[in-house]
Amino acid sequence: MIVSVASGKGGTGKTLVATSLALSLDNNAEKVELLDCDVEEPNAHIFLDLKLTKSWNVCVPVPEINELKCTHCGRCADVCAFNALAVLEKKVLVFPELCHGCGACSYLCPETAIVERDREIGVVEGGASGNMLFFQGKLTIGEMMAPPIIKATKKHIDKDRMVFIDVPPGTSCPVVEAISGSDFCLLVTEPTPFGLNDLALAMGVVRELQIPCGVVLNRSGTENSAVEDYCRQEDIPVLLKIPLDMEIARAYSRGIPLVRGIPSWREPFRQLFRDIRQRISDN
Amino acid sequence: MKELVVLSGKGGTGKTSIVASFAALARDKILADCDVDAADLYLLLRPDEEEKHEFWSGQVASIDRERCTQCGLCWQVCRFGAINEYSVDAIACEGCGFCYQVCPVEAITMEASLAGYWFMASTKYGYLSHARLRAAQENSGKLVALVRENARALAQKEGLGLIISDGPPGTGCPVISSLSGVDLALLVTEPTLSGIHDLMRIVGVCRRFGVPALVCVNKCDINEENTREIEKYCIEEEIKVAAKIPFDNVVTEALVARMPVVEYRDGQVAHEINNLWRFVLGELK
Ligand code: SF4
Ligand code: SF4
Ligand code: SF4
Ligand code: SF4
Repeated sequence: MIVSVASGKGGTGKTLVATSLALSLDNNAEKVELLDCDVEEPNAHIFLDLKLTKSWNVCVPVPEINELKCTHCGRCADVCAFNALAVLEKKVLVFPELCHGCGACSYLCPETAIVERDREIGVVEGGASGNMLFFQGKLTIGEMMAPPIIKATKKHIDKDRMVFIDVPPGTSCPVVEAISGSDFCLLVTEPTPFGLNDLALAMGVVRELQIPCGVVLNRSGTENSAVEDYCRQEDIPVLLKIPLDMEIARAYSRGIPLVRGIPSWREPFRQLFRDIRQRISDN
Repeated sequence: MKELVVLSGKGGTGKTSIVASFAALARDKILADCDVDAADLYLLLRPDEEEKHEFWSGQVASIDRERCTQCGLCWQVCRFGAINEYSVDAIACEGCGFCYQVCPVEAITMEASLAGYWFMASTKYGYLSHARLRAAQENSGKLVALVRENARALAQKEGLGLIISDGPPGTGCPVISSLSGVDLALLVTEPTLSGIHDLMRIVGVCRRFGVPALVCVNKCDINEENTREIEKYCIEEEIKVAAKIPFDNVVTEALVARMPVVEYRDGQVAHEINNLWRFVLGELK
């Protein structure tokens, strides 16, 4: 079972929810796996008491031109949809950051003057804590393309485990890469006009991918909010509310997961998990 | 013309509230919201009217079943797993055109896709250039570049000397697109361990692209020890800490009222943001 935890915007408490959800089950017989796919800013590990003992490089193929064979015919630059190649009179320029590694240029070069070599753009790291496996992807600073790292991180999914995925913020390709294949998606938001706007945008992605979802309302107050009205209208269940609370914020600031810092939160998170499981089996 | 971008590594640090306050404080400027996944600045600036334009970008393959001889070559070459049973999964398709190039019977066409919209809005604080990527689309970096281009073109036309951008979260493609070639990056962080971690990564990106950076610690009193850590780190990195803003619910109240916090209520937060703005102006000169 795979549950992804997402939000339209960063900083809504996605990581807090993902880590607490995973850790609330830790003592059970349940075998848990947590993946941090927020590869541009992976920070779930800060909340976990574990060492990252393993590491795998993530590479994408980029073309390399054999100038001895190349006739500067221009075919490769014509077929490249991402402007990663420019053919000059005596030289072919390659812009590796723009290359998506599709392989079209090397396949189609009439002189077989192009070979592909691997270029490292990030790493996947892993470790374990008790019953829980943890993996995180990390995009190298200055690199543009998050999706290949997310894909590489998700290769470590063990279907026999209860898998939680910390998804990058936003609504574009990295989010789709991280969420797709999930059985359920939790959307974390807050009761402000920003929270409402971002929730509606995130819903667009989840609907597009046709994944069942529910909302966690973070930093909620006592008053009823426009976010809850929206959820009612759209028929999205609000599965958990976490209040705006100084004690919670302080625990978070010190890198202490909510269910450890304030153990009374363990039960609400377990309940959240039971709700999700119920909804998946009803689906 | 000067360009300032406000970034935070991750979101949720109060970046947009600060940009909206700058909008109220700065003169002769254009605003740009470079978070094209989840643009929120317009919610606080409340545009009077806006122009809306389509953003067509990227391509998606499509297979003509009538022509297709089911040779399977397209499936073999596609590295993104986008072809199944002789049809294209539009979400998985990267738009590389490899299949289109190799199909022996020309059964594949590449079609442009409507990736989003861009807007030019007029607000009581000046013009706002912003955009919205459609759900599950690619090319957010290109749309960010377009938002900046639109802002620059209008600034030139109107003779305005400053562009203030609200940047996207992360360190990847859209962030690099929002950062390249700007004069100054203001990094808004908060004193949490994850905030510090994110700050270090975004400082790395600024360094990599040669953009000078300033730091603002928001909600500095939720963990004073971490705030000191940030200050220490900034000294080591020779980055100035331009402001420390205390936690105050007034920021959320202003947000709910959909106003820049400096206009919503006078107080310590408004005072600190005023000082921050003066500091930033000094650095830009
Ligand atoms: S297609 Fe091959 S031969 Fe032609 S310019 Fe490119 S590398 Fe050179
Ligand atoms: S592999 Fe694809 S994206 Fe990269 S340079 Fe070749 S054609 Fe362009
Ligand atoms: S355009 Fe590229 S990604 Fe899309 S289906 Fe064809 S080969 Fe696959
Ligand atoms: S390459 Fe062309 S003919 Fe062959 S399966 Fe694909 S679409 Fe059909």
